[in-house]
Parts: sequence; C-alpha cells; structure tokens
Amino acid sequence: MRFVFKTSYDADISLFKHRAQAVWYALLLLLVLATPLYFVAIGDAYLLGEITGMLILAIAGMALMLLTGHTGLPSLGHATFMAFGCYLNINLLGAGLPWLIAFPLSGLIAGALGTMIALPVLRLHGVYLALATLAMSILTSDFVVIAEPWTGGIAGAAVPDINIFGMEINRYSTPYKFYYLVLAVAILIVWFYRNLLRTPTGRSFTAIRDSEISARAMGINLTRTKATSFFLSATTAGLAGALFGHSAGYVTNETFDLVMSITLLLMIVIGGLGFIHGAFFGAIVVGIIPVAIANGRTFLSTTFDVNINVPGLESALFAFILVCFILFEPMGLYGRWLKIRTYFELFPFYRKDMFKRQKSYLKTDRVQ
Amino acid sequence: MSLLEIENATLRFGGLVAVDNVSLQVNEGEVFALVGPNGAGKSTIFNLISRFYDPAEGSIRFDGKDLLKHTADQVPGFGIARTFQNIELFEQATVLQNLLVGRHRHRTTGLLSNIVFSPKAYREELRHRAAVEEVIDFLNLQAYRDKMIGGLPYGVRKVVELGRALASEPKLLLLDEPASGLSVEETQDMAFWIEDIQTQMGISVMMVEHDMGLVSAVSNRVMALADGKELATGTAAEVQSHPAVIEAYLGTGEISKTGTSRA
Ligand SMILES: Nc1ncnc2c1ncn2[C@@H]1O[C@H](COP(=O)(O)OP(=O)(O)OP(=O)(O)O)[C@@H](O)[C@H]1O
Ligand SMILES: [Mg+2]
Repeated sequence: MRFVFKTSYDADISLFKHRAQAVWYALLLLLVLATPLYFVAIGDAYLLGEITGMLILAIAGMALMLLTGHTGLPSLGHATFMAFGCYLNINLLGAGLPWLIAFPLSGLIAGALGTMIALPVLRLHGVYLALATLAMSILTSDFVVIAEPWTGGIAGAAVPDINIFGMEINRYSTPYKFYYLVLAVAILIVWFYRNLLRTPTGRSFTAIRDSEISARAMGINLTRTKATSFFLSATTAGLAGALFGHSAGYVTNETFDLVMSITLLLMIVIGGLGFIHGAFFGAIVVGIIPVAIANGRTFLSTTFDVNINVPGLESALFAFILVCFILFEPMGLYGRWLKIRTYFELFPFYRKDMFKRQKSYLKTDRVQ
Repeated sequence: MSLLEIENATLRFGGLVAVDNVSLQVNEGEVFALVGPNGAGKSTIFNLISRFYDPAEGSIRFDGKDLLKHTADQVPGFGIARTFQNIELFEQATVLQNLLVGRHRHRTTGLLSNIVFSPKAYREELRHRAAVEEVIDFLNLQAYRDKMIGGLPYGVRKVVELGRALASEPKLLLLDEPASGLSVEETQDMAFWIEDIQTQMGISVMMVEHDMGLVSAVSNRVMALADGKELATGTAAEVQSHPAVIEAYLGTGEISKTGTSRA
C-alpha cells in the first residue's frame, strides 16, 4: 500500500501523482517507441499498420471522450467531424499547402464547422442531442456525394501522401514513419488533454457534466463552455479523420458512416467513460476484435476444418461484448483496471463495495 | 449600507404566487435569515437572486448593480455564492476539484494557455490551490481532500458545499438550509462557521433555515414568510413572537423547533 505525502501544491498539479507513476509512463513510452523494432525484426509490418489504426481510433476516441465523457454531451455524429477533417486535409494538400500546415488547419476548420453546426443543438439535452447528432451522421454520406468537386463523391478521392520537409510518409511504403507520426500526434493530444483537465477550462467541462445548475451558480457560462468543448472535440476528430484518410489511402462517401460514429461511442463506453485511458482501451478492443475473429476463423478452418461463414458475425460479437460491458462493468475496462490495482495496493483490505457509487442523499433519506 | 436590495419582487408559477411583492435588504456584514413554513417561497427568493428565475415584477440590486440585467452565470462574478437545499455537488469529482470549481470566477487564463499549461496557468493553479487550502483548513476538510463526493456522508457533503461557495471569496453567501439533516454536533459546527464567516471573513450571509435555534444564535435580522408574503422582519425574538408568524405556524409547530428537538 502506498501513501502519498504531499509536500507542495505541485503534488496535485503535476502530471503524475508520484514518482512510481512517472516511471510507469516512461516505461510505456519506451515500449511504444520500441514497438516498430519488433516488426523490423520479423520483417512484416502488417500488424504495425493495425496498431497505427488503433492509435488513430484512440485519437478519435479522445475527441469524443472530451465531449461525452468529460462534458456529458453525447454525440452520435463524430464520424462527420472526421469526414470534415479528412476532406479538408485532402483539399488543402491538393491546393499545395505543406502537410504541416494543412493538417492542423483542417482540424481547426473542422472544429469551427462542428461548433457552428452544434450551436443550435447545444440547448438540447441527453437523448435529444444524441438524436440531432445522429441525424447529422446519417446525412453525412449524402453531403459527401453532393460536394463531389471536393470529395470525389461516390467514386471517392485518393489521399495524397504526407510530405514533411521533403520526407515522404506513406502508410504502405513507410509504415514505420507513419506509425511514429501518428504516435507523436496522439501523445501531443494526450498532453493537451491532461493540461485541460488540470486547469479551469477542463474543470468547467466536468462541472457541467455533473451538475449544470451548480456550474451556473459557480459562474460557468453553459453555452460558451459547451461550445468550447465541442470545438476542441470536433477539432480533434478532424485531425483523427485526416490521419484516417492517410491510413486508408482512399476515401468514399461510405468511409465515415453512421457505423463509425456508433463505433466511436461504443469504444469510449467500453474503455471507460470519463478517463483518457478509456479512449485507448476502447480503441484496443475495437481494433483487436476483428483481427481476433479473423484469426479465430482461420484457426478453426485450418486446425479443425470447421468453416464458419455467418454474415454479420463480427458486428454481433461486438454488440454482445458491449452489452456484457454495460451489464457487468459500467465503469469500462479502465474502471476494471482501477479496481484490480486498488485490490493489490490495499491488499488485504480491499472491500467489495469500494467502487460502488453511493446514491446521493436527500434530506428525506436521513432518519430524523 | 445595504448590499442586496430586493424591491417588490413577485414571481408566479402558473397560478401559484410563489413570491408575492417581497422587499428586503441585506446589509453589509450582517447575517440575515429567511424563515417560514414549507412552500413559503424561501428557496424561490434565492433562485431569483441567482437569476435562475425572472421575477414578473420588482427589482433586485446587488452592490449598486441591477442584477436583472445579468444572467445566472454572471451573478457569482459580482460576489454572490450559494449552496443548495438538496446539495448540488459535482459527484464524480474529488472534494479538492469541487472547491477548485468554486474558484472559477477568479480565473485569469484562457483556453490556449490552459491547453499548453503556460507558466501563467501554472502560477494561477498554485494561487487557486493555496486559496482552496485555506478553505480546507477553515472547514477541517483535510481528511476528505482527495475523496470522491460520491462516497462521502451527508454531513460532509454539506460542509463541502459550503466550502465550494467560500472558495469563490464572495461578498454575500446564500445558504439554503445549511443545517438541515445535520446532527446536533454538526449543527453546532455550522453555527461557529457562520459566525466566523461573518466576523473574521467579513462576508454577509443570507440563509434559509428551519432550525430556530441556529437562526437565533447567528442571525442579526430575520424575515418570516408564508405563502410568498412577508409576515414580519426583525430580531429572531421579535419575529418569533409576532402574532402573524405564530398564526402562520399554527398547527405546524415548526417555529418552536430547536436544533435539539429536530435531530
Ligand atoms: N420550478 C417550480 N415550478 C412550479 N412551482 C414551484 C417551482 N419551484 C417552487 N415552486 C412552488 O413554489 C412554492 C415555493 O417554493 P420554495 O421552494 O421557494 O419553498 P421553500 O420556502 O423553500 O420551502 P421549503 O422549506 O420546503 O424548502 C411552493 O409551493 C413550490 O411548490
Ligand atoms: Mg426551500
């Protein structure tokens, strides 16, 4: 069991709670930096591409996590903001802008567009906001078709390669460079995200999530704060969309569909709502399930000569896993991890109800 | 000098007149109590001051400014902080984080410097943290600093909510039933704190409270309300012996209740 003795306010403000935590994250950083070495050694970068894809999903997950997990605003339309980012990136690159400018700019414009769309619906609550964003997601494909000059419509558009000061980066020809690039973007966004949460802006987000009335009574402007959260979220989703485009190489009106929006939402719920970690855990699950199912199929057919060819098996399994999570672990994977960690930290003093949310008391609940 | 002035305020919910032509002043440095039977309109007056509701008629001025020209989220900026009758804390955050939200009106950094955690944002955090630590010391919340609200007992939550309001360094503190549901000891603590808030911190207090023991102990002036209308204003003793007040409470017996008989 560890006691953290705080000797200065820095202990609460700094990124890591204690030295050991900083060491763990340093090791994790080392691991992700060294990961490509393994694939260089085996001479096959296919799986590295999958890992890069997970990182891109995690970035999109962080975008939605900020809005839904930290500000309490559900969205079923985040694929739309990814589409904004992706097509803006294609067009800005096409217009001759260098990637280092086109990429962040496409995120920012996606954020601005997203905020403009969101402003009228920000007054809506819960399920109504979800429905409004759902409608947006459904319309996205049609708009991509309508905006054919910029999007290539149904035929689709090829995504140009990344060029940073003459260094060409392409998912297939230079998978290692692409991995490091995506990793750098992900780490930068995590750092921004952590900073946000330890400063007044982030606290005003979580305040709105937990109690709008209290937030107002503390001087938080609901509309402005929600719009800020939406802007940051849509910007991040736009960046994820741009990277997704680079990773896919070719995008059509069906790339950023409703399924992707829903997948993002599932991802952060599975990962653990309200934790940055949740976006990564969720992305890993979402990334691994298809690979696992495919491998399982191959394994069954080669070893036991059993061939399973059920259409929609992936989605069904996926949905099943989600239902299990919501039933058995509403705090998500990260919540499960927290419990396991606390169990070992407090061994043998862990109590089963430690993480149980207590119902909020009302005056009437008290014995008078 | 009066800090808060409400003049002829009226608020209707459909056909129900929740606040009926009420005028009151809270003077600088005083503890002003609102008493009255359930449904008298006490919390509604707080919600009028917080600008959650728009009065149909009347004016509300604070520190010389017309509050009705401002929105709910601008009210704390003038130096008005409040607690809620049913405790409205940020449940999924720690005590420390809750108190830090109380500092919201004192923030000086914007989005950009927050995102990159600029040196200015860092210094600001240190200042907020130091200010919050003073509140934690004052209210003896050290043991709960890093606890989630979700797991705290009722009495502690009440104190945390008081702390969050204090963290904003207000000029006027609105307390909606600060002692409801508290034990005798907890109510005693609350009384001491309210006294210190008035005398040491120089904060004016307006409170709604049913516990007449607490009201008599800490308040300078008391206003009794029933059915949205003012019955009497004066010292606690004057109000308690006022015929209209006694009549309003007839049958409820609530006016005679003290902290000990309630708990
Ligand atoms: N939002 C609302 N809509 C409709 N009626 C309301 C609303 N809020 C309060 N009321 C009514 O207005 C009247 C005054 O309510 P208020 O909450 O101010 O009473 P109170 O004096 O605080 O009582 P208590 O001691 O029970 O807290 C009550 O009759 C209540 O039912
Ligand atoms: Mg009330």
